[in-house]
Amino acid sequence: MLKPIITLKDIAVTLGGEQVLKNFNLTIGDGEFVTLLGPSGCGKTTVLRTIGGFITPDAGDVFFGEQKITDVPPHKRAVNTIFQKYALFPHLNVYENIAFGMRIKGKKEDEIRRTVNEMLHMVNLDGMARRGVGSLSGGQQQRVAIARALANEPKVLLLDEPLSALDLKLRKDMQSELKKIQQAVGITFVFVTHDQEEALSMSDTVVVMDKGQIQQIGTPIDVYNEPKNAFVADFIGESNILDGTMVEDYLVEVAGQRFKSLDSGFGTMAPVDVVIRPEDIDIVPTASSAAHVAGVVTSVTFKGVHYEIIVDVDGFKWMIQTTDSAKVGDRIGLALTPDDIHVMARSEYSGKFGDYSSFSEEMGMARLSSGKEADDA
Amino acid sequence: MRNNKLICAPYTVWMTLFIIVPMGLVAFFAFTDRSGAFTLHNIAQVGQYSNVFLRSIWLGAIATAVSLLLGYPLAYIIARANPSRQSALVMLVMLPMWMNFLLRTYAWMTLLEDNGLLNALLTAVGLPRLHMINTAGAVVLGMVYNYIPYMILPLYSVLTKIDPSVIEAAQDLGADSKKVFLKVIFPMSMPGVISGVTMVFVPAVSTFIISKMLGGGGNLLIGDLIDMQFLGSAYNPNLGSAISLVLMVIILICMGIMNQFDDGEEVGGGMLL
Repeated sequence: MLKPIITLKDIAVTLGGEQVLKNFNLTIGDGEFVTLLGPSGCGKTTVLRTIGGFITPDAGDVFFGEQKITDVPPHKRAVNTIFQKYALFPHLNVYENIAFGMRIKGKKEDEIRRTVNEMLHMVNLDGMARRGVGSLSGGQQQRVAIARALANEPKVLLLDEPLSALDLKLRKDMQSELKKIQQAVGITFVFVTHDQEEALSMSDTVVVMDKGQIQQIGTPIDVYNEPKNAFVADFIGESNILDGTMVEDYLVEVAGQRFKSLDSGFGTMAPVDVVIRPEDIDIVPTASSAAHVAGVVTSVTFKGVHYEIIVDVDGFKWMIQTTDSAKVGDRIGLALTPDDIHVMARSEYSGKFGDYSSFSEEMGMARLSSGKEADDA
Repeated sequence: MRNNKLICAPYTVWMTLFIIVPMGLVAFFAFTDRSGAFTLHNIAQVGQYSNVFLRSIWLGAIATAVSLLLGYPLAYIIARANPSRQSALVMLVMLPMWMNFLLRTYAWMTLLEDNGLLNALLTAVGLPRLHMINTAGAVVLGMVYNYIPYMILPLYSVLTKIDPSVIEAAQDLGADSKKVFLKVIFPMSMPGVISGVTMVFVPAVSTFIISKMLGGGGNLLIGDLIDMQFLGSAYNPNLGSAISLVLMVIILICMGIMNQFDDGEEVGGGMLL
């Protein structure tokens, strides 16, 4: 375990009469790239603003290392923020924006010049020092915001959905660039996003949140492969989530069949949620002995790398991602292996996610774009 | 484009008839004598009123400075108030403007007079009377009172447009509230300061009612001087036009200097979103 740099202890925050966080606990290790992932309104930005000092919690404490900083104002915290809309100073040029923090601290002019040039080089903006920030593109403004924050030599950098206003291509580039920068400067990054792919590809640790609660903390691989409940399984990647019964340890009944399972500790005959990832399912002929369940193909969508096939199995619609093709109306068998079956305890989210009955291409698109309102800069 | 021209036509006609032509006439009168012959005599005569010019600019500048000092905090408070209260507060600022200008200034006369309400109040609590009416201070008071809304409104509209996250960014980078104001809020509100200063200074310099009613005979301003040339005993429209022309040039120079200052502050013109 890394040395903790930020600790939130029993934090409660009420905003506009609404309880956003309650008994919230989180420890962030020094040098980690931590992502707070969740849908809009889950409280992730509130957590970030509490660490930044812009929100004083109603109850609980914030620690920086060992030191309690709950009542320390933002300008005295060794923490800097990248704001969602960059929040550059429009009356200052690129150079002065980056120099702002150092000027406040009264650094010497030649030191300021050296650091600003270093920062400009790091974010690939060499030669842009004298440009007005209004004349920069969204991606360039983002880089200035990063340089401005890092020039302050923070111990922790907070990033509030910094990539959400960029187009897809630029977002991908910035993802790898941010990761590179984080490794280069070696400080802690706390990154807020609603984009699960962003979270998985950048983070050391992912904190999945909903309704002001942490649903799961783990490495990207953990939260993807071992989701703790239906919410996590659904929010991260695509999942078929079925009602199942844990007959006994290592034996689960789902879709009318009993499967060997790798999970245990749920008791006997316990109702559980079963997650089967679409890419883990193989298509086999219905007559094959490998076919565990059989159903009728209701839709096939070509996705480039794979096909996305929706199969109706006795009214429950499964999603399958496979390179094998099938035609709508075909009757196909689905083969599963114990590795593919992940058992989760029942939760308040049970039954809410994981059936693709109402799934259609438009809904898929709407889901992808929801929450990514174009924050045009 | 043709459509555009059509829409502009009424305005162009209006501008020509009521702005360009009158200004041409003022210039014409300024450079001619009563018989209509060209002369520089009127312009040359303006020089003898330099003390009036200086007094006008001085009092106008003081009134502008006082308006800025009083108006800025108020505009800031209004801009920071919650949105539902903002419109009510703005209305309070505008409310006096709904009343007739003359009436408002006349009201100050009755307040400031030697036997006026304020002195009555002073004597009632046992303090000596103060001579307030017919002083330069009374004129400045009148200017500030009448023109301060023109300072507050542009400041308010600029201050409300400042993105709160920019202020948070400044705090985040280590600025305490004083530095946030000096390094971010004030520089970003410069366009509002400039237009507020312009909108107070220009009418204050050229006012004649305020000085006439509150300043008595001893605080003659350029406005009074011009008034006298056209409507008063000293009837001389040619001299009046010359004074107006010089006043206009002085104001233009003042505005030019001010805008220069603004350009210097706003590198890259980043107020656009």
